[in-house]
Amino acid sequence: MSTTSTATASRITPGSILLYGILILLALFFLMPAYMAVVTALKPPAEIDLSTAWELPSKFHWSSFYDALTLLKSNIVSSIILTVCATTLSTILGSLNGYVFSKWKFKGSELVFTLFLFGMFIPYQVILIPLFQTLRAMNLYGGLPGLILAHVVYGLPITSLIFRNFYTQIPTALIESARLDGAGFFSIYTRIVFPLSIPGFVVTSLWQVTQVWNEFLWGICLTRHADNPITVGLAQLAGGQAVSWNLPMAGSIMAAAPVLLIYIFLGRYFIRGLLAGSVKE
Amino acid sequence: MREASRDRLKAFLTLLPSIILIGIFVYGFIGNTIWISMTDWGGDGALALKPEMNFIGLDNYRDLFTGFLSSGFRQDLVNAVYYSVMLLAGAIGIGMFIAILLDQKPKGEDVLRTIFLYPMALSFIVSGTIWRWLLAPQGGVNVLPTYLGLPPLNFEWTSSTKAVLEFNWQNLLQIFLYIVAFVLILIGLWALKKRPCRAIKFWLGPGVVIGAFAWLGGSMLPEALFMEENHGFNLATLGIIIATIWQYSGYTMALYLAGFHGISQDLRDAAMLDGASSTSYYRHVAIPMLKPITISAVIILSHISLKMFDIIFAMTGPDNAQTGHPALTMYMTTFRANDFAKGAAIAIVLFMVAAMFIVPYVVSQYRQRTRG
Repeated sequence: MSTTSTATASRITPGSILLYGILILLALFFLMPAYMAVVTALKPPAEIDLSTAWELPSKFHWSSFYDALTLLKSNIVSSIILTVCATTLSTILGSLNGYVFSKWKFKGSELVFTLFLFGMFIPYQVILIPLFQTLRAMNLYGGLPGLILAHVVYGLPITSLIFRNFYTQIPTALIESARLDGAGFFSIYTRIVFPLSIPGFVVTSLWQVTQVWNEFLWGICLTRHADNPITVGLAQLAGGQAVSWNLPMAGSIMAAAPVLLIYIFLGRYFIRGLLAGSVKE
Repeated sequence: MREASRDRLKAFLTLLPSIILIGIFVYGFIGNTIWISMTDWGGDGALALKPEMNFIGLDNYRDLFTGFLSSGFRQDLVNAVYYSVMLLAGAIGIGMFIAILLDQKPKGEDVLRTIFLYPMALSFIVSGTIWRWLLAPQGGVNVLPTYLGLPPLNFEWTSSTKAVLEFNWQNLLQIFLYIVAFVLILIGLWALKKRPCRAIKFWLGPGVVIGAFAWLGGSMLPEALFMEENHGFNLATLGIIIATIWQYSGYTMALYLAGFHGISQDLRDAAMLDGASSTSYYRHVAIPMLKPITISAVIILSHISLKMFDIIFAMTGPDNAQTGHPALTMYMTTFRANDFAKGAAIAIVLFMVAAMFIVPYVVSQYRQRTRG
């Protein structure tokens, strides 16, 4: 590959043909599932056949979306309530924690932070049974409040991490001078740190919205039918034996839409959250 | 000064609720699951508010690894190992490859990046549902060659019963020792440059000794089972692996791309002036510099592959034995069969495997932070 700088990339060379060829093939592979979902969702059930699965529908048939929406309506409502509450609470707590971890370090605070981080990497199966028992004992099993609690607690490691890394960029001198001017712990937060946090809140909320909206294991283990989130609803819609594929595909598109829209319109923040999630210091 | 100490107290009190929550919900719960895994909690009265539980020690674990009826779990565990290795190799390999291509600054880089990363925004249930349709027998991917005038594939992506790379579970102990030896030697080689003395004493030496012992004395080791039991890489899991690689290679791409952009243009120009080709620039300069990124990608992907549940659930349903995974078996055993103790034991096995990666990583991060 001889195309190393922008100047040579625009010239047509065997190297650049190869480069674009591979990229286009890869792009087609990555878009293949999206194409299949859209095409299948738009076909009338009678037209769905394995051998013609790749072909475009003869005419667009929108009612699959309407049918899927009717079936998934209560799941979507649950997911919206769940996502909004869990995201709000866990970002606020994460912001306060990040403020302490970055600007009010005490003896052993790094150790506490590390113990927090560990919670991010455990396979959630390991806490599932006690979580189930505890929520049952607290009378929170089966409904949304229990699920929100779980998402807030297990969201704390990542939200604290993102805010801690974000607040480290605020110069300590700024905090010091505010302290000399007589500002205390909370007034420094409300007057200096919080107003500077908007990008941090955007990144953290997008990350949390994605995680909570897409989560499945807790949804299926901790909620009863009436409060199932969208992922559980979709799994039930697609899980039957004789499924007509237009419904699950339309349902998939609807379950994916909110997060995909965030990704397309706020991609920069989405990627920042993604990178922050990989414990980059 | 009194003002300052009151502020410190406020800071600590702000953190306290989170400390308590994490303490209970992470560490307390892990301890509780360990305890449950050593009881006989299960059966008819399992869902009672005060279920009857008796301590039975490590019987659940012994049963999972050597019991006659648990061969399904052992196959799941083997699936999980192959699954992790292939997901790591695939997602890191393809992600790095795409990142290098995009680092050439082709036209439309933004659009391409968006295309490669969008699967990451999807829920596993969504991607699993779509891939299940794509990998349907006699449909989807299998009919693609016919558009090029070729005969269709007839591979059974998620329902094949063939297995390759089989081994005998009777030799469990020997295999385990080989793995331990391999890991020790690997860590030793990695540490050799920094602290040669320690590396040889703590990692390389024991690794070679254990490996040699397993090789020479393998036949003397006790056998795990009284009869042969072969497990291998199930071809049915291939479809699930491809779907997961599709979903996660964009993520590793984003990591590497950010890393490549972080390398200064000066360094790159210097390498080029010294006569390095593009290939050797990436091989000898860029990729070695991004070792921290590779390590975090390995940690995160192994964590994901170990808790892998949703995508398998969506692609093959919970009842397909061929594509089983301990994360899924844990759910089935606990919440469908009400065998809580066995489910807890499976969860702890998963946790132990995960901890092998995570603990060293988190500890080294901690050391870096306290030093810097």
